[in-house]
Amino acid sequence: MFRNQYDTDVTTWSPAGRLFQVEYAMEAVKQGSAAIGLRSKTHVVLACVNKANSELSSHQKKIFKVDDHIGVAIAGLTADGRVLSRYMRSECINYGYTYESPLPVGRLVVQLADKAQVCTQRSWKRPYGVGLLVAGLDESGAHLYYNCPSGNYFEYQAFAIGSRSQAAKTYLERKFEKFTESSRDDLVKDALFAIRETLQGEKLTSAVCTIAVVGVGEAFNILDQKTVQALINEFEISGEEAPADESAPEQSGGAAPDQSGAAAEEEAAPMDI
Amino acid sequence: MVSSQNESNLLSSEGDSQRTQYPYVTGTSVIGIKYKDGILMAADMGGSYGSTIRYKSVERLKQVGKHSLIGASGEISDFQEILRYLDELILHDNMWDDGNSLGPKEVHNYLTRVMYNRRNKFDPLWNSLVLGGVKNGQKYLGSVSMIGVHFEDDHVATGFGNHLARPILREEWREDLTFEEGVKLLEKCMRNLLYRDRSAVNKMQIAKITEEGLTISEPYSLKTFWNFAAFKNPTVGAEGSW
Repeated sequence: MFRNQYDTDVTTWSPAGRLFQVEYAMEAVKQGSAAIGLRSKTHVVLACVNKANSELSSHQKKIFKVDDHIGVAIAGLTADGRVLSRYMRSECINYGYTYESPLPVGRLVVQLADKAQVCTQRSWKRPYGVGLLVAGLDESGAHLYYNCPSGNYFEYQAFAIGSRSQAAKTYLERKFEKFTESSRDDLVKDALFAIRETLQGEKLTSAVCTIAVVGVGEAFNILDQKTVQALINEFEISGEEAPADESAPEQSGGAAPDQSGAAAEEEAAPMDI
Repeated sequence: MVSSQNESNLLSSEGDSQRTQYPYVTGTSVIGIKYKDGILMAADMGGSYGSTIRYKSVERLKQVGKHSLIGASGEISDFQEILRYLDELILHDNMWDDGNSLGPKEVHNYLTRVMYNRRNKFDPLWNSLVLGGVKNGQKYLGSVSMIGVHFEDDHVATGFGNHLARPILREEWREDLTFEEGVKLLEKCMRNLLYRDRSAVNKMQIAKITEEGLTISEPYSLKTFWNFAAFKNPTVGAEGSW
C-alpha cells in the first residue's frame, strides 16, 4: 500500500472499491505485538506477547477480563483496545443486570462489530486501530472470535494476530484439528508453543507473555507469572530446545511447509483478514 | 403577562398528570406450580370492574417467546401494556437471529426491572405477575409484584391465591407430580378460590408449558357443591329467629 489520493478520508472510496483508511487501520493491528487464541469444546485460551519498552517500565496490559465468561486479547493501538474493553464490560454488566444472565458472546461480538463499522462510515471519525480476540463461553459452548477494525468479525478454532503472527498461525494450522477434544492443560501448552513461534528464537519466559483461560466451570482468569513460568519449565519449551511435539505431527511433517506456503498468500487481498 | 399557569404548561405537564392511584378492571388470582415435565398455571377469565364482574372472557395467561408463559392479576389494561413490552422484547431477541433466545429467567428479571422502575416513579403497573417456563430442561417459576418484589419458587400465586391456594400447595405439592395430578391439584385450589373469592368466576383456563411447547386449554368450568345442610335452611337456629 502506497500513499495515494484516495486515502485521506475514511469516507472516500478508491476506484478499485477499497477504503484505504480502514486498511491502514488493519495495518496498525499487524504492527502490534502478537496475540493468539485457541479453543476446545469447553475451554478457550488467550495468550499474548508482552514486551516492556525498557527495563524500567511496566508491561502493556493486553488481555482484559470482560465478564466471568468473556475475555479479550488485543493487538494494535492498546488505547483503543482499552476503550473497547470498557464498552464490552459495560454491555455485559447491563445485560446481566436486566436479565440475570450472562450476555451471549455472539451478541457482544456483533455489537462490537457494528460499533467498529460506524467508524468506517463517518467523515469525522476514524476506525479503531485494534484487533480483538474475544474468548467466551455461552449456552452453545466455547467460542473464539476475531473482531477487525473494518467491522468484520469471524469465529475461529484458533487464530493469531499482530506482528510475526504468521509463525504462530503456521503452528496452529498444524495442530488445530485436535483442539476440539484437547484438555485445558494441553490447550495452554499449545498456546505457549504458538507464542514461542512468534518470538523467533528469543527465550520464552513468563516475563514476556501473558496467558488467560476461560472454560466450563472456570471463570475468565489471567494466569499469574509464577504459574506460567512453572508451565514453561514443565513443558521444557523455553528457548533453544527443539519443539516437544507429539510424535504424530512429526510423521506428517512433510505437510507443514506446504501449509505455511499457502498461508503466506492470504495477506494480499484487500479487506480480507 | 406571564402567570405561573403558563410556566407549568411550558415545562412538562408535570402539574397536570397524575400517577396511577387505583386499578379499574382487574383480574383475580393466578396460580402456578412446577410439575414433572414443566410448569402448570391456572387463572380464571374474569375481569371485575370494582364489585361488578364485568368481563367474563379475559385471557390472563399468555405465551412469551419460545420458552415462557405469563399469567397476570390486577389491572387488565396494564397487563396489555406489559404484553406489548414483552412483544417488543421477544421481537428484538428474534431479530438477532443467532440461535440464542431469552429464557423464562431472563424474562422474569426483565419484568422485575420494569415493575420496579415504574414503582420508583410512583406510577406502577398495577399487576402481580407469574412467569413460568422451561429452557434446556430447566424448569423456572417466578413471581413479580407491582412494587417489584420478585422471587422464584416451586409454587406461586397472586392475590387471594396466596392465602387460599398456597396452603393447599404447601401440603400437597410434590416434585414429581404428573400432568393429571397437577391439574387436579390446581383445580382443587381454583375451586377453593371460587367458593371464597368474590371476584372469582367459574370459567377458567389451565396452561401447560414443557420443553416441547406450550398449550393453553379451552375455557371450562369447575363443578361446585352447594348441598350442605346448613345452606338448605340457613336461618334455622339463627340469633333472633324462632
